Amino acid sequence: MEETNEINNHENKRRTVKKSKLNWKRAAPLYLMLVPGVIFCIVFQYIPMAGLIIAFKDFKPWLGFAESPWVGLKHFEFLFSYSGNLQVIYNTVIISVLKLVLGLIVPIAFALLLNEIRKMVFKRTIQTMVYLPYFLSWVILGGILLDMLSPEGGLVNNFLGFFGIDPIFFLGSNTWFRPTVIISDIWKEFGFSTIVYLATLAGINPSLYEAAEMDGATRKKQTWHITLPCMMPIIVVMGILSLGNILNAGFDQIFNLYNPLVYETGDIIDTFVYRVGLVKGDFGFATAMGMFKSVIGFIFIVIAYRLAYKFADYKIF
Amino acid sequence: MYYKNRGYKIFNVFNYVFLSLLAILCLIPLIHVLAVSFSGSAAAAAGFVGLWPVNFTIDAYTETLGNEKFVNSIFVSIQRTILGTVIPMLMTMLIAYPLSKSNDIIKGRAMITWFFVFTMLFSGGIIPNYILILELGLMNSMWSLILPHTISAFHIVLLLNFFRSIPKEIEEAAIMDGAGHIKTLFKIYLPLSMPAIATLSLFMMVFHWNSWFDGLIYMSSSSNYPLATFLQTVIVQQDFSQLNLSPEEMANISERTVKSAQIFIGALPILLVYPFLQKYFVKGIVLGGVKE
Repeated sequence: MEETNEINNHENKRRTVKKSKLNWKRAAPLYLMLVPGVIFCIVFQYIPMAGLIIAFKDFKPWLGFAESPWVGLKHFEFLFSYSGNLQVIYNTVIISVLKLVLGLIVPIAFALLLNEIRKMVFKRTIQTMVYLPYFLSWVILGGILLDMLSPEGGLVNNFLGFFGIDPIFFLGSNTWFRPTVIISDIWKEFGFSTIVYLATLAGINPSLYEAAEMDGATRKKQTWHITLPCMMPIIVVMGILSLGNILNAGFDQIFNLYNPLVYETGDIIDTFVYRVGLVKGDFGFATAMGMFKSVIGFIFIVIAYRLAYKFADYKIF
Repeated sequence: MYYKNRGYKIFNVFNYVFLSLLAILCLIPLIHVLAVSFSGSAAAAAGFVGLWPVNFTIDAYTETLGNEKFVNSIFVSIQRTILGTVIPMLMTMLIAYPLSKSNDIIKGRAMITWFFVFTMLFSGGIIPNYILILELGLMNSMWSLILPHTISAFHIVLLLNFFRSIPKEIEEAAIMDGAGHIKTLFKIYLPLSMPAIATLSLFMMVFHWNSWFDGLIYMSSSSNYPLATFLQTVIVQQDFSQLNLSPEEMANISERTVKSAQIFIGALPILLVYPFLQKYFVKGIVLGGVKE
């Protein structure tokens, strides 16, 4: 009995050794396939992260990384003590928060309205039309908006002229710049953002509506008691995940629409980093500002994913 | 039924009108640009053009396409878009395939996946990236526009999830028949994943066609500008210092009709692939967004 056990053990061991060898042989090409990706990821993603150390240095391109002198927290102290810098952070937050809130509400409302359309051809045509702006870059749209919003012969001001309204310099006025940026961003994105909600709406079990119909519920009541509760999980997920963009006020858009006249209300962290760092050459301070953004953004994303996982069982992969 | 109700019928009429107006609002800017680009330059400059061309002419287009620098930037963009789609697509497949295997085949799978996903959560930002390109000696080279975008965690995760939905038996059968991993990936996974690969390729193509900022900061010579960067300098910044234009060319290029023609040509490739974009992007978003 014992003997057979021993033999069995031995046999098992030999098998596992053989199996792991076989596994390794099978897995080796898989690891090899990952090598180029890992190298690229290190060079183009992780090295720039390490490069954030220049936020603590007085970086001079001609001295390089190692030779540039350390300055400790000097850049960060300046960042939080000078009111102009705080204004930039404030601009970023106010613009992005308004975009996040409207960017959540408008697509949901639009999806609900579109869901009421029963003529499929009409529904598809509308979808085709509203998705389009999403795919055009802010250079194209910026060029168009600069022309359309121009106080001299722009389409929008010509239109307002019919109602006796004096031309408004939308992109050159500190009163109008933020509303213009927020509305044009919603205009570009809202159609495309409805896709997720439409997919959810299409997945709602029709028998729920049939039952409600039997009980004599009006459409308003059906929307309130069936449609919205069914959409709630995805609304929560989208809402929470958008928190990760709290400091992304939209570099591409603002860079293409702003000008020195509206720096006071429209300058955001990313445009500021570009001007201070790449135009003026103050690399250290610009990196400190960029790092502030990256770190805060990271904290928000991690919290957002945790919340989304907790409340809606959402996982990235 | 609820839709036979009088109140609902009234709502329905308003709904149709409202949605139509909203949809038209999404197209008006493009229609306006198109109208201006086909108009006489005097009428356009005076702001007489609304949504239909006034004094129809194609002068703006002959002018634009006769501009050597503009045409050159189109070729740079095409080259960039092709390279920027093929290389990252290949790379994404090579990464997603091993990571789609189960934990006992590839050890440390979760850790490696997180290694890539972490880049979605945190980044160095523009200054360190700029210095990196400078140090690598890639300034003014096409590769500075492509290499930094070869790895995208979002694309990897999307393809990885798709690969996982392919039945294991197919792969096992292939391995039984003596196919290696590379062969399994390209001969079996690739054809089966066409919808996902089409989606990702379109993501990449649109991204590269539309990108303008990296061209602006990495290219010191305007002859290397992709179209989006060229349009950004000429139309948005109205900065002609980089372009070495003659006074006559400069007057022509800042003409409202010519600007509109340039904008429209810049948007044209997107409009041409738009039917595919709509079809596959919707799939991609649904794949990535509501997969739970």
